[in-house]
Amino acid sequence: MALGRTYAVALVGLNGYIVEVEADIGQTLPAFVILGLPDASLNEAKERIRSAAQNSGIPLSRRKITANLIPASLPKRGSGFDLSIAMAVLLAANDVRPTGRHVFLAELGLDGRLRPVRGILPAVMAAVQAGYPDVVVAQANAAEAALVPGARVRGYRTLARLAFDFGADPQELVLDFEPDEEEPDDAGAAAAAGTVPDMCDVSGQTDGRRALEVAAAGAHHVLLTGPPGAGKTMLAERLPGLLPDLGDKAAMEVTAIHSLSSLTSATITLLRRPPYENPHHTATAAAIIGGGSGLPRPGAASRAHRGVLFLDEAPEYERRVLDALRQPLESGELVIHRAAGTAAYPARFQLVLAANPCPCGKASGKGVDCTCTPMMRRRYLARLSGPLLDRVDIQLEVERVALADFGQPRAEESTAEIAARVRAAREHQLDRLRPLGLETNAQVPGRVLRGPLRLAGPTTRILDRALERGALTARGYDRVLRLAWTLADLSGRAVPDADDIGQALGLRQATATAA
Amino acid sequence: MRAKDVLGRRGEELAAGFLEAQGMRIVDRNWRCPEGEIDIVALDGDALVIAEVKTRKSLAYGHPFEAVGVDKLARLHRLASAWCRDHELRMPLRRVDVIAVLDDGTGGPAIEHLKGVG
Repeated sequence: MALGRTYAVALVGLNGYIVEVEADIGQTLPAFVILGLPDASLNEAKERIRSAAQNSGIPLSRRKITANLIPASLPKRGSGFDLSIAMAVLLAANDVRPTGRHVFLAELGLDGRLRPVRGILPAVMAAVQAGYPDVVVAQANAAEAALVPGARVRGYRTLARLAFDFGADPQELVLDFEPDEEEPDDAGAAAAAGTVPDMCDVSGQTDGRRALEVAAAGAHHVLLTGPPGAGKTMLAERLPGLLPDLGDKAAMEVTAIHSLSSLTSATITLLRRPPYENPHHTATAAAIIGGGSGLPRPGAASRAHRGVLFLDEAPEYERRVLDALRQPLESGELVIHRAAGTAAYPARFQLVLAANPCPCGKASGKGVDCTCTPMMRRRYLARLSGPLLDRVDIQLEVERVALADFGQPRAEESTAEIAARVRAAREHQLDRLRPLGLETNAQVPGRVLRGPLRLAGPTTRILDRALERGALTARGYDRVLRLAWTLADLSGRAVPDADDIGQALGLRQATATAA
Repeated sequence: MRAKDVLGRRGEELAAGFLEAQGMRIVDRNWRCPEGEIDIVALDGDALVIAEVKTRKSLAYGHPFEAVGVDKLARLHRLASAWCRDHELRMPLRRVDVIAVLDDGTGGPAIEHLKGVG
């Protein structure tokens, strides 16, 4: 037989599609052609495959080899197709027996070793979903591939070993080649272990601590304003530690994005902790929402999926970058269009914005040292557009730490204590919201707040008055209600009382531009 | 004569014998013109065959076929036309073959034949 057929997976964003790899050996002068929209790195596969096969003891045919990747219209990129093409060619030359519905996902080294590739997790998920559960990957990717339920994963170190298992002639194969184990990536492991700073390092800041706890419990977006050095960043960094562990589905989503965007191809374990992203304020829209040449890659917003996206110095961001976040805040997903295709990445993150009160940063409290004109101050915070702030439930002014709190360090509550309360509050929420198809208070739409979850008249009296007076907009009214529900969940009450409403009002203390 | 030329010569001898054994008639050998040289000109039925012979002692420097690139093929086609002009022949059926002779000095040489390339 001069035709070989194997399978691989092409990733478009997080979605994978099964790709059929055909190889044909023609009776004409030696050449190697890859068809089916390969990119530059995929075209280089020819040389890798030829050398790898040669050095594994199963040289490729000295004829014209044509490899065709089907469907031809789907753009394919990267080195992950190496192994499937190599196996198809060996199959065409009758060097190995038919591989059936096995899916091959690995890059080849020139010496014939199998190298790990990015995005193994989403690729294997796609393969299993499409009904191809038998997957062959590089040994270094085997653990990650095995995370997918239902996948039957086989990890190999060398092409020779793999060919041997598929019936290649052991006389010819170079089987004694054992490549060195790839060094496990310590940075990745440390990030996975989750060394987030602890809440007990924060002295004083009673309001800030409370706001953070409420934000964690109800998954509310937060805006922290305050002078430089007040501890906005310190607080924000500690939010991921308060969030509960990710469920199975969420953990898979987060790990899949991580697998796709990690620069190293180190072994990846299932990520159970919510991720934390804090891009710099010079970041471009492509860096935040995803992009890049060819098929778009996930940006910071997607990497923060199911975790926290912290934008420090928020007014310093380009306005279009901030406004680009409105789509994911609404739908939990980012759809990016590029010439090479469209990719959709999940981006359901918790947004934390931090801002100085004015350009000089001194206009808090009495603001005596502030050198900014009132116009400058207004303009500064107005850079955070209304539609964006509309979705931020908690808007808190963080004051400078008082000397009393700073001088003698008190035993502050640790992250673990607060996280336990947050977990309990999340469970209350879920019991109430699951029938409505929701998970957290922050997601509850206004019609539900004023419909099935309507509170008794006396409870909401101060709110109603504020609305009447015009001190509160209708949207602001809903936000206070959402916060009140979270406060009730935290204190274990089934329904918010007037006190919760009062506290909630305090947490969305209006900033200059707040709605 | 240098060693590589001796090897090449022997390869062409072997190739000619191989083609004759296939039932072709050798009509010319080592025909030269300013453009280059044709190793073997043969007739396969009605078809004129321009054959290029590549001989190697081992695969250490690649397979003989790999030595025939795009430029070489184009030249062979030009040489085919030149040969026909020179002999005032019109051969509508014309093709270029490549013959690889692998002769490592032990036992019989291996001959591979690709018909009608490029």
